Amino acid sequence: MGAQIYIALAVILTFGLYIGIAVWSRVSTTKGFYVAGQGVPAVFNGMATAADWMSAASFISMAGLIAFLGFDGSVYLLGWTGGYVLLALLLAPYLRKFGKFTVPAFIGDRYYSGTARVVAAFCAIAISFTYVAGQMRGAGIVFSRFLEIPIGWGVAVGMTVVAFYAVLGGMKGITWTQVVQYVVLITAFLIPAIALAIILTGIPVPQVAFPGVASRLDGLMTELGFSAYTAAFTEISRLNVFLIALALMCGTAGLPHVIIRFYTTKTVKAARWTGVFALLFIGLLYTTAPAVAVFAKYNFLQTVVGQPYEQRPDWFRSWEATGLIEFADKDGDGMMNYGPGAFTDPESANELRIDPDIMVLASPEIGGLGDIILALVVAGGLAAALSTASGLLLVIASSFSHDIYKAFIRRHASEQEELLVARSAMLLAVLFAGLLGVYPPAFVAEVVAFAFGLAAASFFPAIVLGIFDPRTTKEGAISGMVFGLLFTGFYIITVAPGIGIGWRPWLFGISPQGIGAVGMILGFAVSWSVSRVTPKPPDTVQDLVEGIRYPRGSAAPIEH
Amino acid sequence: MRTNPRMHRGGLSDEDNRAALRAYWKRNLHFTLVLLSIWFLAGYVVAILLAPTLSQVDFLGGPLGFWFAQNGAIYVFWLLIFVYAIGMNRIDREFDVEE
Repeated sequence: MGAQIYIALAVILTFGLYIGIAVWSRVSTTKGFYVAGQGVPAVFNGMATAADWMSAASFISMAGLIAFLGFDGSVYLLGWTGGYVLLALLLAPYLRKFGKFTVPAFIGDRYYSGTARVVAAFCAIAISFTYVAGQMRGAGIVFSRFLEIPIGWGVAVGMTVVAFYAVLGGMKGITWTQVVQYVVLITAFLIPAIALAIILTGIPVPQVAFPGVASRLDGLMTELGFSAYTAAFTEISRLNVFLIALALMCGTAGLPHVIIRFYTTKTVKAARWTGVFALLFIGLLYTTAPAVAVFAKYNFLQTVVGQPYEQRPDWFRSWEATGLIEFADKDGDGMMNYGPGAFTDPESANELRIDPDIMVLASPEIGGLGDIILALVVAGGLAAALSTASGLLLVIASSFSHDIYKAFIRRHASEQEELLVARSAMLLAVLFAGLLGVYPPAFVAEVVAFAFGLAAASFFPAIVLGIFDPRTTKEGAISGMVFGLLFTGFYIITVAPGIGIGWRPWLFGISPQGIGAVGMILGFAVSWSVSRVTPKPPDTVQDLVEGIRYPRGSAAPIEH
Repeated sequence: MRTNPRMHRGGLSDEDNRAALRAYWKRNLHFTLVLLSIWFLAGYVVAILLAPTLSQVDFLGGPLGFWFAQNGAIYVFWLLIFVYAIGMNRIDREFDVEE
């Protein structure tokens, strides 16, 4: 495989770059470590936010998932972009004005409760760990498939690089590597998409080309006995599309590693502009992904389905070896038949099993784009995994050193001591995340899918009410968070396939992915009602809530 | 030390100053609410609830409802954040609360 040389080169080159940035961006203060000295310009912060946000799953799996869901795949596109509107309008400017380093610090101050701060810190750590395990796993899988290195070694290489720049440079190192990682991943995503758009339609803009290909795809799909690709609510019901999109949006706005990116700007104004640039850079990938989905699926149906197995294309042969695509000649005619029904069902006419991940990973080969592009896609997948992992690791390290160690264990710790604890926590977190990547607990993949619902039902109402409703009390916030978490968690545990006890969806047939939206609405209602019957928050909190309303003074010295 | 939220601006009495800040906050809330209503309309009403109806119309060679749910809504989301940033910075200047 001559491609391996290019891939190795691309990986060495990009990793070398990340390490170079680490050496250049060392920090020596907690402010540098937690919020990059609050001096990141909005454009670069937007890029860093985009890289932070777009994980191995966004890069590798999302387009494939959409290819199989058709219209209903819109839940991911809507959910993971619409959340930025909530973030930019409801949270970012106010949390930036508040001016502290972490999300738990806001919860603790606003709800005048050290307990709330510690609970929030533990929630942030738990959410981040479930996420980070998937990233490390993603990096390991990319290494093992393309460079034929065992997954464990792949994870170890990824961990070492992340440890290097995250421990040395903290948020500053992470931010500037994320900027570079964004450039790598977006280039890697766009080039094959543009090439496929030209091949299929002659139009070099995937966003303009894909609706036309989608309607050609409709024809192919209905011929095979599927419902049309662009038909709505064939895979997911209307109610569930609505609720899953809502849970993903509010969950996005409640995830700590995204929120803290808005802490790193100099001013409130720059925090607002960060939102503009972040969604611009994210949107570039998210508007291209449905096009990649359509192109890949169309190509796949054209070049594979109904063709003799003996004459299958080269990319089919090479991906067969990885087990991502499989053919079983059920009727013995030597043709690759594809249709509705399970691959595992011997009675169904469906003879092909296709892993959704193949849609992006094999797109350079399907499009006949050659080894250099393939190498770029590999580097892009790794960039997506590492950039998200590092943002999550920072949340873990700062939640521990700032919200647990400094706030509880040793209140009088010097800055140097806190920084040392933060670096050590980071190193331990990287090691632990690596272990989770090599030995993934069986339920990790399923849990990640629900992290959004849990964040939507717990953090989101507490933060929004904390900003907009001065009357929300400690009791109100805590009862709302606990209720939202328990309700959503209970529904997931009873209903979710894989981890649940296997009940049928007992609430209007709502999917466990969408239940977070209901949990969130109930959480808001509980917080609001309990706050009305419990004693008013102290005057200092009223001052705090009023203070974050007005941008002036965000750059003023703040004692932490 | 936190800066005093009730900032003093030249030539304004305490009472006037507080009234001005209250007016600023009201404008802010109103503006945010309008933008969020558009967010809901685009992301839920048009992209999801009306999608099957809109898909009877042709756009860029494919069904309009499908295009809006997978691309159009994202452009609207971005525009909303953009308009918010411009608008809020202008309101900040108008009420003299900018940094």
